[in-house]
Amino acid sequence: MSVDESTKPPEPEGGRPSSGEVADPLPGGHHQSTVAAEPPKGSGRAGLLAGSAGRNLGLVIALVILCVVGVITAGDRFASIDNMMTILRLASVIGVVSVGMTFVIGGGGIDLSVGAIVALSSVWATTLATQTLAADFHWILMVFTALAVGAGCGVVNGVLIAYGRIAPFIATLAMLAAARGLAEIIAQRRTQIVTSREFIDFFAGSVVGVPVLVIIFALVAALGWILLNRTTFGRRTLAVGGNPEAARLAGIKVQRQTAYLYVLVGLACGLAAVMLMARTTTGTSTHGGLYELDAIAAVVIGGTLLSGGRATIVGTVLGVLIFTTLTNVFTLNNLDTSTQAVAKGVIIVAAVLLQQRLASRSRT
Amino acid sequence: MEGNGASALLGMADIVKRFPGVVALGGVDLDVRPGEVHCLLGQNGAGKSTLIKVLAGVHQPDEGTISWQGEEVRLTHPQAAMDLGIATIYQELDLVEGLSVAENIYLGHEKSRFGFSQRRASAKAAAGLLKRLGHPEISPSAEVGSLSAAGQQIVSMARALSHDTKLIIMDEPSAVLDAGEVERLFHVIRDLTAEGVAVVYISHRLEEIRTIGDRVTVLKDGKTVATGLPAKETPTSEVIRLMTGRSIEYVFPPRGTVPDAEPLLRVEGLSRRGEFHDVSFTVRPGEVLGLAGLVGAGRSEIVETVFGARKSDAGTVHVGGKRLRPGSVQSAVDAGVGLAPEERKSQALLLGDSVTSNITISSLTRFSRSGYLDRAGERKAAVGQVESLDVRPTGVDREMRTLSGGNQQKVVLARWLLRGCRVLILDEPTRGVDVGARSEIYALVRRLADDGVAVVVVSSEIEEVLGLSDRVLVVGEGSVLHEAPADQLDEHQVLDIIMRGDAA
Repeated sequence: MSVDESTKPPEPEGGRPSSGEVADPLPGGHHQSTVAAEPPKGSGRAGLLAGSAGRNLGLVIALVILCVVGVITAGDRFASIDNMMTILRLASVIGVVSVGMTFVIGGGGIDLSVGAIVALSSVWATTLATQTLAADFHWILMVFTALAVGAGCGVVNGVLIAYGRIAPFIATLAMLAAARGLAEIIAQRRTQIVTSREFIDFFAGSVVGVPVLVIIFALVAALGWILLNRTTFGRRTLAVGGNPEAARLAGIKVQRQTAYLYVLVGLACGLAAVMLMARTTTGTSTHGGLYELDAIAAVVIGGTLLSGGRATIVGTVLGVLIFTTLTNVFTLNNLDTSTQAVAKGVIIVAAVLLQQRLASRSRT
Repeated sequence: MEGNGASALLGMADIVKRFPGVVALGGVDLDVRPGEVHCLLGQNGAGKSTLIKVLAGVHQPDEGTISWQGEEVRLTHPQAAMDLGIATIYQELDLVEGLSVAENIYLGHEKSRFGFSQRRASAKAAAGLLKRLGHPEISPSAEVGSLSAAGQQIVSMARALSHDTKLIIMDEPSAVLDAGEVERLFHVIRDLTAEGVAVVYISHRLEEIRTIGDRVTVLKDGKTVATGLPAKETPTSEVIRLMTGRSIEYVFPPRGTVPDAEPLLRVEGLSRRGEFHDVSFTVRPGEVLGLAGLVGAGRSEIVETVFGARKSDAGTVHVGGKRLRPGSVQSAVDAGVGLAPEERKSQALLLGDSVTSNITISSLTRFSRSGYLDRAGERKAAVGQVESLDVRPTGVDREMRTLSGGNQQKVVLARWLLRGCRVLILDEPTRGVDVGARSEIYALVRRLADDGVAVVVVSSEIEEVLGLSDRVLVVGEGSVLHEAPADQLDEHQVLDIIMRGDAA
């Protein structure tokens, strides 16, 4: 019930609404509104940009502060190219998962099973059978296996949630338990070593000094950004997340769209598993531990609404970088992981409180 | 009128309540005596709900005075009203389904000692209240969600009585009840009034008001037009005369001539259990069909089923000779049907998104090349619609929630126009739209029809249906009661058909 601006303008246009002539799209009747159009259009656009840019700016500032702290406390050990690449390399695996998670959360869902899917994919792709086949054929087979397993888990999640109408929290909680259990069964709780030299050389290598893992992360983030902001898929995702009923009545296939989102994040997990296999040269059922929490945390502090309808890839990437840098600074200062965990908790709460402030301000 | 002053339990004088852009109450007087059933009558939008909320302490009046037992009071919050002894039973029952009957009755004022709830004491007290209401068969330990609508209503009343209540407001209590249950409800009301409790009773059913009511107050356009009429003696024609006629004149565009064409939309024998039964109608291109009826008559259910948002149990919907798949919005949209739903905010709009996104959401495929959006084209199309429908302000990048009701409605229409729909269903197109913007929406609807769109309009404002439509279906209790050209009906006749149909 905002103040209605439409009641005022009719006056200069005379008795237009009272006659049937409203139907007549006379250009003369509109020149006025066209002229008046410019200022609000401009300010509206600037306002929207300022909103998201402002949020991202806040994250950038947080990242800068972290870096300053890093430089002060660890000096050159922090501010070296090597260390920067280490941070980015560490960020890349969870980053890929987080980009996928951004879609699920933006679409009004949640996926708690990402870590377990990463574990299962890594295990399945490094079994003796898979590796033997890959050795005969090509190491790319291991990649396909991981992606297929991830996507498969996503299909199960998606179908259960979209068509079986199970709450995303529950369905993916079940997947979390089941996928990790299955990974343990397959690997018999042993760590499987990646034997393909070519595989490791390819993924663990660098191109002009930039690790391949980081390049993959950058590509995934860029593709994710395009998918979210420039395609019908992204638009529908946000519509479904923002108001599923309105999306349904607008003719969007809400169930199918929802299912796709879980497949997408499953694929991201498969890819993350490949990256993790290259980084650690192993596949094990303990891979991806607590990834779900790290990914959700990164997405949420990035500015994606946990209730869906608004999502930002740039924010997610910044969120991932903040957490990874935090870990790095703590490690360089020989602080234990428990202190890190406390700091993480504080950052999450602070970010969400800030978000709520911004959200309530934009609403009024 | 008689009966104010010392004998009055509650007195309201010149109550005014304004909302941004709307005067919801523009001078309401009401006096209620102890032990009477005072009926509140008025059409939709007459201000009944706002009045109830003022009495319940939810809204504070901008002007006017409220007196309680002769003393002026201010109901600044719901607890203040409860403390005085005013209890409200809303149409949407406000019970917690997962809790037991006793827990619901004492919600917010639990019987406890040292912080421990006294389950046995509250169960016993709850049983006493239920017995007093004539429903000892309801167990205090039963889960409220497992009770019927009638049972839940009794629990609500028991909750009202668990305070020291002197006045109970009932908002259309009979809407969810069958005839036998209504009979028992009346029994309860008579027992309560015999004990001196006053009841403000809201209903659309004139028969009920004659049976249970003592006096009647009629609201129209947020004002009291008559108060203290004897419920049993006032002739029906007089009541309807008071309820109808409007101080604000709406401007309806002139009707065109409907081309003599084959019907575009054909609905045959459509039924949905518990909602409506055997509904048939046709709409030709260029025709506006109106569905008149009260809230709860099944109008929204009917059009949502036509659109596929609800799945029919029986019957068919054809658009241009092609049968729609029951329960499939996709099938309806593909056939060129659009719906502007009743609850605009929750059912149609992406409030946090831009005007452009809201307009193009149903036509995204048109703006995409293998999934990649042509954002410039999208924006251009949105600007075109905004100009053509005169949406103000004109900025297509604005966030949707910053637009007024009327302009939000235009955006919903723009969505379907852009999609190029042939059948447009408008459910309460002017709800939450202020007077000025209404005429524009009316003109727009007529323009669409002139362009050959088959339009279905649902409204609880009878005048709107009559003024806007070429042909009118009067709907009551889930079936079509009457069908006639709009110019052969007037508001009195429609209201008469509805009220008689309802009473039957």
